[in-house]
Amino acid sequence: MPTEVTQPSDREVRVVRTFKAPRQLVWDAHTKPELVSKWMLGPPGWTMPVCEMDVRAGGAYRWRWRSEEGGKEFGFFGKFIEVNEPSKIVHEENFDPGDMGGPMSSEPAIITTLYEEANGITTLTLTMLFASKEIRDAAVSTGMTDGMEIGYARLDEMFKQAA
Amino acid sequence: MQATERLDLTFAALADPTRRAILARLATGEASVQELAEPFEMSQPAISKHLKVLERAGLISVDIDAQRRPRRLEVKRLEEAVVWIERYREIFEQNYQRLDALLEDLQAKPAKRKKKKD
Repeated sequence: MPTEVTQPSDREVRVVRTFKAPRQLVWDAHTKPELVSKWMLGPPGWTMPVCEMDVRAGGAYRWRWRSEEGGKEFGFFGKFIEVNEPSKIVHEENFDPGDMGGPMSSEPAIITTLYEEANGITTLTLTMLFASKEIRDAAVSTGMTDGMEIGYARLDEMFKQAA
Repeated sequence: MQATERLDLTFAALADPTRRAILARLATGEASVQELAEPFEMSQPAISKHLKVLERAGLISVDIDAQRRPRRLEVKRLEEAVVWIERYREIFEQNYQRLDALLEDLQAKPAKRKKKKD
């Protein structure tokens, strides 16, 4: 199943994705720094030179990405609020703009990640709760109205027809 | 109008299934209000209301010179609206495709080790 992105409320963004793997493994891939740094790289051309994680309630983490082309960096950092292996992690997320420009986030977003397994398939549900609608809109780069889902396939189809 | 305000309007317009269907119809070519009202089995005033929302959002335009005042799709605005969330989704999807590969790798390795022992 491809990644789904929706907006359950005006302060939230939710990402849902399934994986053909047991829950424990998906959990490990999200909580062991040596595994996280292998896949959480973002767009092509970016690397993750810093990936430190102390995965326990109150433990800190620090992620930093670097653009190999321009050498620019940005990152996220914060603390784990709740760690319930292998089904739930809640962590705070502060944005460090590094040399990308833009403000350092004043209030952290709260990220809740749920891992659910059925028939060997793990469903990951990641919900980002922002301090305000404005911060959410800035975080996802621009605004959108509440609780809306677009049929991407249908829109893609429209583009093809209109082209 | 700010870019974000404009996008808010665009997304509000896209949130309605009838309006998306109208856009899909216009993607095949321009159409008058009458032509649009038919397949949706809606009154012309009801369709006009939807068209106004789409027009304000910049998703369609009206050819006021032509007698039947056809509506046409503004593809650029639609692209603008879809692009940002699609890009956001793509970043996650790119990450998760790498994770798919890693998970496959992690699941294959223990099996190989077992085989060697046997």
